[in-house]
Amino acid sequence: MTTAVSVIVLPDDPSFGPEVQVDYPGYRSTRLRAPKRPLVTSPEELHSLLGPVFGEDALEPTDGDLTAQHEGEPLGERIVVSGRVLDEDGRPIRGALVEVWQANACGRYRHEVDQHPAPLDPNFSGAGRVLTDDDGNYRFVTIKPGAYPWGNHENAWRPAHIHFSVFGSAFTQRLVTQMYFPGDPLFAFDPIFNSVRDPESRALMISSFDIESTVPDWGLAYRWDIVLGRGGPRTTPFETDA
Amino acid sequence: MRRTPSQTVGPYYAIGLARRDESKLVPEGLRLTGQLLDGDGVPVGDGMVELWDPIGGRWARSGTQPVGSFSFTVEKPAAAGANAPHLLVYVFARGLLKHQLTRLYFPDEQEANAADPVLSALSEDERARLVAEQDDDGLRFDIHLQGDRETIFFTA
Repeated sequence: MTTAVSVIVLPDDPSFGPEVQVDYPGYRSTRLRAPKRPLVTSPEELHSLLGPVFGEDALEPTDGDLTAQHEGEPLGERIVVSGRVLDEDGRPIRGALVEVWQANACGRYRHEVDQHPAPLDPNFSGAGRVLTDDDGNYRFVTIKPGAYPWGNHENAWRPAHIHFSVFGSAFTQRLVTQMYFPGDPLFAFDPIFNSVRDPESRALMISSFDIESTVPDWGLAYRWDIVLGRGGPRTTPFETDA
Repeated sequence: MRRTPSQTVGPYYAIGLARRDESKLVPEGLRLTGQLLDGDGVPVGDGMVELWDPIGGRWARSGTQPVGSFSFTVEKPAAAGANAPHLLVYVFARGLLKHQLTRLYFPDEQEANAADPVLSALSEDERARLVAEQDDDGLRFDIHLQGDRETIFFTA
């Protein structure tokens, strides 16, 4: 007997590697939106092309602290989310613009289309942006987002996640993805998470609990590194110990 | 190291990525508008388009309105070598698990477009889908995610 869940989530397939299955059938909105023609190969020179460079002028003072953007503090579990932006060779990418957006602690986005009957938090907008430092580090303070229902199928719920948008140094390093939290019971039922068919690649979207970055008597922490494709010249070379 | 996989921007990206007006490639210039459409020709009202001028090093982005429209202020980039002036275009949307790359060429560059190595490798019909149209208001460039007029998307 076929259960509803087996239609929503396909079995693992490591042959996909780091690629997401763009026409994943369990995610209904792909049906009319995933392109059907094979991609045309870009000229080789595209891969050495630098992408946009952002400076401090792209940032507002509270962009790195999503709990400090209003008069009062948001409700929810305060967390630090930090990590590094690296290229495939493990080299840190400095000056990378990292943008995040997320639901509040109740699983509600501050967006007019989100009609989930959970309260908005007047003290939480749910968006931030930072630049990575010279070692590729980024850091946000926020609250842990809640899971929320969506209309994809009956009783569909998204696992808690934070949306990430990242510009590397090379144009082709552009990445938009989602960071998940360890041990989420909703993983097995979510077509967006499982549209990454290779389990090892899928695991790279899950942050780890980070005791080192917790702030005693104040907040917990999660760590998540982001690995972009092969880099352009703005990445830092490996340091060679003499 | 293994790359972090892509996921959709989802329906609420605007709270994070459209907080500021970043739609001007240049402060003043040509108006570029277009519509993002799905496989039924229905406007995609929760998509986002980013432009990159590979020669001038200029970047801009525009979210789509409920009617699927996006709008930019642009300037035609310089030609480089055999390449006709063009903009690189990334498309994001709910339902699009990975952003897609296309290229926008200019209608008043017929000679350069004819000699461009990327355009030359395509059929006439395919080439036409990558050239913006000039209308009274400025340039127009519609993006079709699927269908008979599916936009030509490229590897990135």
